[in-house]
Amino acid sequence: MDSTRQKNAQAPITYLRPSKGWLSIDFKELWRYRELIFFLTWRDIKVRYKQAVLGVAWAILQPLLTMVIFSVIFGNLLRTPSEGIPYPLFSLTALLPWQLFASALQRTSISLVGNSNLITKVYFPRLAIPLSSIFAALVDFGVSFVVLLGVMIYYQYWPTWNTLWLIPMVLLTLLTALAVGLWFSALNVQYRDVQQMVPFIIQAWMYASPIVYSISIIPEGIWRLLYGLNPMVGVIQGFRWVLLGTEQPDITMLISSGVVLILLISGLYYFRRMEKTFADIV
Amino acid sequence: MTDLAIRVENLSKRYRIDLVQERPDTFRDMIVSKFQQIRNRLSHQEKSRYDNPSFIWALNDVSFTVERGQVLGIVGRNGAGKSTLLKILSRVTNPTEGLGEIHGRVGSLLEVGTGFHPELSGRENIYLNGAILGMRREEIDRKFDEIVDFSEVGKFIDTPVKRFSSGMYLRLAFAVAAHLEPEILVVDEVLAVGDAEFQRKCLGKMNDVAQEGRTVLFVSHNMSAILRLTQETIVLDQGKIALRAPTPEAVDYYLNLGLSKEGERTWAPEEIVDKNRSFQPIALRVLNNQGKVVDTVNASEGFSIEFEYGLSEAISGLRVGLYMMTTRGEFVFTTFDTDDPQMYEAYSVRPAGRYISRCKIPPDLLNEGRFVLGVNASTYRIKRYFQDDKVLTFNVDATGAPGTHWPEQRLGAIRPSLDWAIKKTK
Repeated sequence: MDSTRQKNAQAPITYLRPSKGWLSIDFKELWRYRELIFFLTWRDIKVRYKQAVLGVAWAILQPLLTMVIFSVIFGNLLRTPSEGIPYPLFSLTALLPWQLFASALQRTSISLVGNSNLITKVYFPRLAIPLSSIFAALVDFGVSFVVLLGVMIYYQYWPTWNTLWLIPMVLLTLLTALAVGLWFSALNVQYRDVQQMVPFIIQAWMYASPIVYSISIIPEGIWRLLYGLNPMVGVIQGFRWVLLGTEQPDITMLISSGVVLILLISGLYYFRRMEKTFADIV
Repeated sequence: MTDLAIRVENLSKRYRIDLVQERPDTFRDMIVSKFQQIRNRLSHQEKSRYDNPSFIWALNDVSFTVERGQVLGIVGRNGAGKSTLLKILSRVTNPTEGLGEIHGRVGSLLEVGTGFHPELSGRENIYLNGAILGMRREEIDRKFDEIVDFSEVGKFIDTPVKRFSSGMYLRLAFAVAAHLEPEILVVDEVLAVGDAEFQRKCLGKMNDVAQEGRTVLFVSHNMSAILRLTQETIVLDQGKIALRAPTPEAVDYYLNLGLSKEGERTWAPEEIVDKNRSFQPIALRVLNNQGKVVDTVNASEGFSIEFEYGLSEAISGLRVGLYMMTTRGEFVFTTFDTDDPQMYEAYSVRPAGRYISRCKIPPDLLNEGRFVLGVNASTYRIKRYFQDDKVLTFNVDATGAPGTHWPEQRLGAIRPSLDWAIKKTK
């Protein structure tokens, strides 16, 4: 506010005022609270495996079992074409980024309501909560990635320098989950319908992504472009390209990234706008 | 000007009543209300914000300043706006109107143990809770031993806190919060829980904080704690500052001007789920010895508790009773209106009608503190007509009670006046 008064006091001054309209994002403040984000992430992981006998092994078993089911149904029974790649490997390469996305989205969507006891009692940037949910999903992904490497080696596919492309792909996955998750988590504070809807949305989204089938069954041209509106299309195509040497992602990747950007910016603004009322209505 | 810790001007906070009452909105509600808004706008029905009945002003035009190093008490009955004020000051929620400025870090003890996770160990919870309260990791590392010492949980530090007793849990939670070193400490009702020893420790810690020149805002229902810890107190009533004065004066004002009209719980007919029930609770009241409904009674004067109820049919062998508990949930006593065999004979059958069962609590029985009242209406071993373990809470003020010439806290829920004899034997 006015700088003269600020100089007089040694302590930092916080101003309380009514919230109006859209607020910009205070990245500096978020950075100051990075330890909180770390501890919330750590709590999420710790608590999830605390009373499970198999513990973190679940992060390995989940994609592995899903892969087996998919391989039996879509690979062996339905004979879904898999671009000449062994079906188990074909589906696992897609399952990994998909499960990262699905669990990140699922956790983020309910994160604010799940942490309502914090929100109503202590101040901190509310963004810390969905962010920590995203990071917790990332840790699981890291563990299950080892499985993928194992299956790749079994089928004699070796990682190359190209594998480094996975980093931007994973980032894109996380940003997609964050973008949608910000909308859902903020909406869920006011309308609990959201948390009932999320599992269905995730399920429908999975079939709208080339996980059990190959993108090549979508006709080129306008349909392919529309298909690219689903950000997970670009990500999964990218994963297969990098790890299995299939067709390189084309324009769909660009469309996917554009969609994510729009969702993310609008999501952030919506979240920030609603942030100030979370404590009153959660 | 430089020595200011908090300054707020015309602070107001408005809540929507429908949000207060029925929380979870659904999409349907939203759609319906949007239509209503449009309709209202079309017919110019938009009312002035102030007389819109679906809003309440939890805080209304509050202005005050707190100097650095001051310990300020805030009292007021439930719903007076205390919690709202603290929530705004600790930035949990934003004011609807007005401005505030806060010089320095605010540590809030709005409720100790915020963010504690039952599955995590004591050690893990210290780090988690510390981070939530705004401590840096190295800060927690540095104070870790001190926190464990203060909490006295010792060797259980690596046990999941879900296995802790409520006392241990509380001590650990408070220990973390107490070692936060904010410039401004906001404390709300922490002292309402825990045993006397723990309370003594908390008060000591708060005293230390104040001695170190930090600012403390202390909200409590415990008048003796307010008197002991603060020099100046704000009395809030209906969202406004009713008085700001030196603490003894403010406490007197709060206790005597009938501001504390609590001490009564009434049941509306809709609250009775089973309409065919023969027993309907009507009201439970705490009365001082002038017969006024009060939230705070004086231990040395005695008081009464009355339970009003209706019977829609005759009940034989009915006994109507009270439980008294400490806020920690320990029973102080249980009593029934027909405990006396003669009373039991006289009221072997109670015909349909409206009744009041009143119980006189003798002077010099209870220690100071907050107590919880529960009620029970039953026939022995046959039927329970009504039971509610936590109907209302009330305060006992110990002024004039035995031993109050030593201004210390006494252990125990009761503080009876007992016959002592001193004999010189040699």
